[in-house]
Amino acid sequence: MTVQSAYTRLFDILKDSFSIKKCLFPLLGIIVFLALWHSSANRIQTSLGEFPGPVVVYEQWNSLVADHVEERDKETAFFERQEIRNAKKLVKDPNYVVKERAYTGKPTFFDQIFTSLYTVLAGFGLASLIAIPLGILIGLNGHVYSALNPIIQIFKPVSPLAWLPLVTMVVSASYVTDDPIFAKSFLTSMFTVTLCCMWPTLINTAVGVAAIEQDLLNVSKVLRLNWITHISKIVIPSAIPMMFTGLRLSLGIAWMVLIAAEMLAQNPGLGKFVWDEFQNGSSNSLGRIMVAVLVIGFIGFLLDRVMLMIQRLSSWDKTQVLR
Amino acid sequence: MTHLDISKVSIEFPTPKGPFKALDNVSLKIKKGEFVSLIGHSGCGKSTVLNIVAGLYDATEGGILLDGKEVRGPGPERAVVFQNHSLLPWLTTYQNVELAVKQVFKGRKTKKDMHDWILHNLDLVQMTHAMDKRPAEISGGMKQRVGIARALSMEPSVLLMDEPFGALDALTRAHLQDSLMDIQKDLNNTVIMITHDVDEAVLLSDRIVMMTNGPAASIGEILSVDLERPRNRLELADNPKYVQYRAQVLKFLYEKQRKVEPITQPKKVTPTPPDHDEKVAS
Ligand SMILES: Nc1ncnc2c1ncn2[C@@H]1O[C@H](COP(=O)(O)OP(=O)(O)O)[C@@H](O)[C@H]1O
Ligand SMILES: [Mg+2]
Repeated sequence: MTVQSAYTRLFDILKDSFSIKKCLFPLLGIIVFLALWHSSANRIQTSLGEFPGPVVVYEQWNSLVADHVEERDKETAFFERQEIRNAKKLVKDPNYVVKERAYTGKPTFFDQIFTSLYTVLAGFGLASLIAIPLGILIGLNGHVYSALNPIIQIFKPVSPLAWLPLVTMVVSASYVTDDPIFAKSFLTSMFTVTLCCMWPTLINTAVGVAAIEQDLLNVSKVLRLNWITHISKIVIPSAIPMMFTGLRLSLGIAWMVLIAAEMLAQNPGLGKFVWDEFQNGSSNSLGRIMVAVLVIGFIGFLLDRVMLMIQRLSSWDKTQVLR
Repeated sequence: MTHLDISKVSIEFPTPKGPFKALDNVSLKIKKGEFVSLIGHSGCGKSTVLNIVAGLYDATEGGILLDGKEVRGPGPERAVVFQNHSLLPWLTTYQNVELAVKQVFKGRKTKKDMHDWILHNLDLVQMTHAMDKRPAEISGGMKQRVGIARALSMEPSVLLMDEPFGALDALTRAHLQDSLMDIQKDLNNTVIMITHDVDEAVLLSDRIVMMTNGPAASIGEILSVDLERPRNRLELADNPKYVQYRAQVLKFLYEKQRKVEPITQPKKVTPTPPDHDEKVAS
C-alpha cells in the first residue's frame, strides 16, 4: 500500500466517523447523561461537600489548566534566573564551571497524563513484543501449547495489585545503577502493566494461528516455503484479525491496570494524581478527581480508536465489521 | 514411457475406531503429456489418491515414482489446483502467482523475467485485467483461473487438480474447460484431474480412471478416450464415439458401482411439548 492511499483511507475513515448522521445520537446520549448527572450530583452529600456536577468539573478543569500554565511559567522563570546568574558569575570569573540545576517543581495534571501515556505504551509495547511471537509459537505447535497452557491459565486472572509488590521488590533489587536511564517507578508500573495485559494478545494470537485453513497450509507445503516465508506470508496475515482483537483487549486492560498500579504504588501518573487529591481532601478534590476520571475514560477511548484505525488500515478482510 | 508411476498404493487412516483402509493397491502409470481424470462416487478416495501423489499424505504401502525416482513430501513439481481455489486472501491476484514464482524460480530467473512470467501465466487464464484485485473482489470462476495460473507458473511436471470446477455454475465451468483445453494444447502438461462430471471427464481426458467404492477402494476400469483434438463440445454432442464413452462411464458409476446412498429421511414430526397449563399425566 502506498503512503498516498493510506492517507486517503485514513481521511475516509475520519470523515466517515464524523458525519452528522453518525454524530446525532451519540450527542443526544451525551446531553441526556449530562442532564442526569447535573440534576443528581447536588443530592449526594459527602464529607468533602457535594458530589461534583458537570459545572464544578468544568471549573476544576480550567483551574488545572491554569495550574499547568503557571507551573510552566515558573519553570521558565527559574531557568532564566539560573542563566543570568551563571552569566554573571562567568563575567566575574572566566574559569567558573557552569552549574545547571534541574527544576524540581511539582508535576501538574498534564505532566501526569503524559507520564501515564508513555508508561502504558511502553508496557503494552513490551507485552506485544513478548505475546505475539510467543502466541505464534503456541499456535503453530501443539506441544508448546500443552506445555504453556496451564501456566497461562493460572497467570491470566491475576490482579495487578498482587503483582505489584513482587515487581517493585524485583526491580529495586535488580535495577541498581548510579545513572538510571529509567526511573524505578516507571519500570515497576511498566512491568506490572506488561504482566497483566499480555494474556489476551497471547491467547488470541495463538488461536488465530491455530485456526489457519488446512488448504492454505497445503499451499505452503506444495510451494515448500521456508519457515520465515511461511510465517510472514501465511501465518501472520491469517492471524492478523484475531491478533488485533487481542491487542485491543490488551491495551484496554493495560490502561486500567496502570491507573490502579500508580495509585497503589504512588508512582507518577494519573493514578497518583487521583490518590493525592483524595489524600488532600480539599473542597476542590472531588471535582478534580472527577476530571481525572473523565480524562482517564477519554484517553482509554482514544487509545482504542487508534488501535481500531491501525486495525482497519492493516486488515485485508474488508468484509469484516470492525467496531 | 511412464512419467508418473503410482505404484501399488494403499493407505490406512488412523481413526478412533481403529485403522480405516481408504485405498487398496492402486496402481496407475501415466505418460508425459497425458490428461487423466479420476472419477468415482463421493468418498471413494479420489482426493486421497491426489493427495498422495501431491505428497500431502503418505501412502502406507507403495509409493509414487516420477521419472523413475521415488518422490516423498510435497513439492512444486507436483502443483495442485485445490477445489476451493485456496488463494491467499490477503494477496492480490498478481501477488498470489508471484509467491509461487518467486519460490520456484529463486536464483534462476531475473526480477524482470519473473515479472514477465507472472504476467504470461495470468494471460494464459485471461486474468491480467484483475491483476491487482484480491480474491474477495473476483468471482469464483476467476479465483479458480488464478489458482490454475498459480499452479501452471510453477512449471510442474504433473498438474494435480481436485475437482477444479466443481463449485462453479455450468456456464462458467464450460468456459473454464475450454480455457483448460486451449492451455493444454499449448503446454501439453501431464495432468491428473478429479471430477464427478461425466461430460467433463470425456471432453478433457485421454484416459478416464474409474474408481470402485470405498472402503479399500481401488481402480475399477480404465477407459481410453480416443477422440481427436481439438475437441469441441457442440460437435461432440452427437458424435457416436463420444456418446458411447459417456454411456460407458455412466454404466460403471450407476450399474457396476452403484452406490446406495442413505437418503436422509425427513425427521419424524415430533409432537410439540404440551404447555405447562395443559400438562397431562403420561
Ligand atoms: N485425513 C483423513 N483421516 C481419516 N479418514 C480420511 C482422511 N481423509 C480421507 N478419509 C476417508 O477416506 C475416504 C476417501 O476420502 P476422499 O479421498 O476425500 O474421497 P473423495 O475425494 O473421493 O470424495 C473417506 O471415507 C474419508 O472419510
Ligand atoms: Mg474429494
